[in-house]
Order: sequence, then C-alpha cells, then structure tokens
Amino acid sequence: MAAFGRAVAAGFPGFRRLTADSSFPRKSALVIRFENVTKVHKGQQRPALRDISVDIEKGEFVFLVGASGSGKSTFLRLTLREERPTSGLVYVAGKDLTKLAGWKVPVLRRQIGTVFQDFRLLPNRTVAGNVAFALEVIGKPASEIASVVPNVLELVGLEGKEERLPDQLSGGEQQRVAIARAFVNRPQILLADEPTGNLDPETSIGIMKLLDRINRIGTTVVMATHDAAIVDQMRKRVIELDSGRLIRDQSRGVYGGAI
Amino acid sequence: MRSSFVLAEVRNGLRRNLTMTFAVIVTVGVSLSLFGAALLVRAQVGQMKDYWYDRVQVSIFLCGPVSEAPSCAGGAVTDVQKQQILSDLESLKPLVETVYYESQQQALVRFKQQFKGSPLAANATVDQMPESYRVKLKDPTKFAVIASAFSGRPGIEDVQDQRQSLDRLFKALGGLQALGLAIAFAMLLVTVLLIANTMRVASFSRRRETSIMRLVGASNTAIRLPFVLEAATSAFGGGVFAALSLVAVKVFLIDHTLATTFQFTTFIGWGVVLWTIPIVIGTGVLLAVVAASITLRRYLRV
Repeated sequence: MAAFGRAVAAGFPGFRRLTADSSFPRKSALVIRFENVTKVHKGQQRPALRDISVDIEKGEFVFLVGASGSGKSTFLRLTLREERPTSGLVYVAGKDLTKLAGWKVPVLRRQIGTVFQDFRLLPNRTVAGNVAFALEVIGKPASEIASVVPNVLELVGLEGKEERLPDQLSGGEQQRVAIARAFVNRPQILLADEPTGNLDPETSIGIMKLLDRINRIGTTVVMATHDAAIVDQMRKRVIELDSGRLIRDQSRGVYGGAI
Repeated sequence: MRSSFVLAEVRNGLRRNLTMTFAVIVTVGVSLSLFGAALLVRAQVGQMKDYWYDRVQVSIFLCGPVSEAPSCAGGAVTDVQKQQILSDLESLKPLVETVYYESQQQALVRFKQQFKGSPLAANATVDQMPESYRVKLKDPTKFAVIASAFSGRPGIEDVQDQRQSLDRLFKALGGLQALGLAIAFAMLLVTVLLIANTMRVASFSRRRETSIMRLVGASNTAIRLPFVLEAATSAFGGGVFAALSLVAVKVFLIDHTLATTFQFTTFIGWGVVLWTIPIVIGTGVLLAVVAASITLRRYLRV
C-alpha cells in the first residue's frame, strides 16, 4: 500500500503541492488557506509547523495524516485561531486570522464545527441538551433550538435517544452527539481531530459514513487521523505532515503515501 | 445571549459551589460591615467636628444674674459694659474676623437644636443660658490676645477657647478612624483575593463547559458573564448582610446605648446610615465584579 501511495504522490494528476503564488482569494471557493505558515511554540526550538502552504476549497474532504507530533493538531488549532502562526498567513472563511481582532474570534468559530477523539460531552446534560448547549451559548432563541436540534439528531442517527445521558451511550453514539453538536449550527467547516481514535473499526466506519454525509451536504471536512484503514478506504485528499513539514498533498490518496 | 440561559447558569454555579458561595457571602459581609462601620465613624467624627469647631470661636460669656465669677461681683452685665466690650472687639480687627452677639433666647434655641432628643434640651430654660459674644479669629491660634484683653473684666464671666482641648480629642479620634479604615481595607483586600480564588476554582471546575463554549463560538461576554454575575450576586448578599449589621449598629449601639449614655454630643442620624448602605453594597459588588473579571481574563482566555 505504501508503495502504491508513493507512486501516486509522484505521479502527475494527483499531486498538488502549492506553488509560492499567494494572492488571496484567487478562488472564492477557498475556505482554508495556509501561506508559508511556521509555528514555533513558546519555549521550544523545533517548529511545530514549518513553512506550510495549503489551500482547501469549499466542499473538500481532507485527511491530515502524520505521526504524533507531526503538527496535525497545531494545524487545526491555527485554523481555529486558538494559536497564531509565528510567521506566514492563515485565512479561514475569507478572514485573515493573523489580523483578526480577538473579539471577532467567536464569530469565526461559529463557522467551524469541531470534533475530538474524547467527544467532550457534558455528562450532566442529555443528548439533546448537549446539542442545544452549542446554540444556547451563542444566543439562539429557544424556538429555533427546539426545531433544529431534532433535525440534526436525526441526521446523525440518534433519533429516539434525545433524553439519554452521555454515559448511557456507546462510544460511537457519543461521538455522534459530538458531531451533532459541531454541526447543529451548520458550519462551513468541520474539523475532526482523530474522531475515530477511541472507537473500534466497525463503529469508526459508521462515523466516517456520517462525516461523509455531512461533507456531501457541502461542508468542508478536515480530519486529522492515524487510522490508515479509513484513509485508504475513503480515497480522499491526503495531506501528510512529518515533523512539521508538509511532505505530501495528494488527492484521492492513501495513508502510507510517503515515509 | 439569552438572559434565561445566563440566569440558569448563575443559579447552577452558585448552587454547585454552595460552600464557596457561603464563604464569599460571609467574608464580603464582614469586611463590608467593617468598611461601613468605618464610614459611619468618619461621619460621626465629621459631625462632631462640625458641631464642636462651630464653637471654636472664642466665646466671651457675659455675666448673668446668677454668675459666680469674681468679675461678676457687680451682678449681670450692663448695656454700657456690653457696648464697651463690643467696641473693644471691633477695634481688634483685623485679628478679630467677626463678632456676633448671642442672646439668651438664641442660645437656648441653638442648645435645643443641638441636643435634640436628649433630656438636656427638654429641661433647659432661657435664664440658664448665658449671653455671649462669639468671636471668630482670623488666626485661631491667637487666642491669648483675646484672653489677656478680656478675661477678668467686669461683666465678663469667662473667656473660652475650646480649640485646644478639641484638637487633642480629634487627634485621638482621627487615629482610631485611620486604624478602622486600615482594618476595613485589609478586609476588603482579603475579600478581593477570596473572590479571585473562588473564580479560579469555579472556572476550573467548569472548564469543560467553557472550553465547549469557546469552541462553538460563544462570545467572551457569554462565557464570563455567568461567573461575574455569580460573584456579584454573592457580593450583593454580603452587602445586604453588611447593611443589616449597620442598621443594627444604628439601632442598638448608637440610639440605644451611646446616645443615652453620652449626651455631650449629637450622633449620626438615619440619613447617614441610609447613605452608607448603598455605598457599602456598591463597593462590594464593584470589587467582586472587578476581581472576577480580572481573574477570568486570566483563566478563561479565548
């Protein structure tokens, strides 16, 4: 499989490293753009990301792969503007995040849904309550919440389980709640940080089908993962990081594309 | 931000951390009580100063029919003597700034006003009041000039300068007042630290909620407001506690004990207490809000 990946990476049509050209936005369909981004964390010598340039268009499904510490999480955190790059530019949803004022960050984050390996549900709220929480805290009216939450729970396949508490659900179901919460505000972008990391392979497939469905609705999905089987199966765009360097950017790629 | 959501969060936060809430209310209450008490003492001292320094003019008391001083051997002061004293005083300008004459009737009115509510006022009569010249000096320390010129003259019972004894009294009171304020401020500082620590604990125990709020794009206000309102609510509770203790001080200590025991001066009225209460509550709430906001800036960063 690795050999096949390398072949694809080297071959012409799939491989699409970005050129240094950097006027923005060239395509209005661009939702995430990293431009020569370097990030050095405080107190560390080795950059977490080195001179990364990536364009992600609206509606794409992108796998972010690489070993632990390769910079995947830093990539996601920069996209969320949890951190700012040491140098280079990050554009998300048409905004230059390096210049975005702090008080505008919440508005940016309403356009980005986020899912984690550890689900991060509120244990004392029901399934519906967890999903509604995301709308309550951004001030949506109760009537809107009441109509939107059941829809999204149906989308993720949790109808009938609205009143359960998280610890009464399986891992896969909990991740579905987390996805519902991330998606309930219909964000343009869904970031998933190892969403199947805690799940068995069969459950993972269900989650991937769900993410795929959300992607088909038009949401851009960026998923950091270690799960080779899933990446190989989905045949989506793969961006591989190694020690903070972008070593592969390949459409319809597989996991072990490069070493 | 929906207010019902914020209020529910505040209620939950206070309930979940009941012991801390209670600790904050009591600490805020005690320190605000001290602060309020210090303010009342200040007002009391201020009132006493007004009351007494009013008399800091040199008083030349004139002989009445029952005066016993040797200079009053000739009986009550005569009109001629009065004229002479007045013109002598006028001639001492500019040392003497103003002179006014207080008749027995005026003295009684003033006495009754100052000792309003006290049995002294009720029992006073006109003939007990001395006639006097009230002399305001340009430089109040030059009392000796007046004293040497007038004391012992026929028709003058006594020449008094209350300033010196008052100064000593107010110096002592000023020291007490400063000590009280210092203790009150130390307590307020402790209160601020306690509130800051409470906020730190609260933000830590709810970090799961707040991290999700940040992720889904809740504004800073939405994230911090419930915490700030919690602190403000506790502080308000403490403020009410302090207000009640100030009312108790007024009713039991001032009106019941001090005013009946010490009749040489007047005590602060309800007006002062009613003024102090909003100051005390406002200070508590403001300190809580500021302490909470600063702490949360540090611990709930977006």
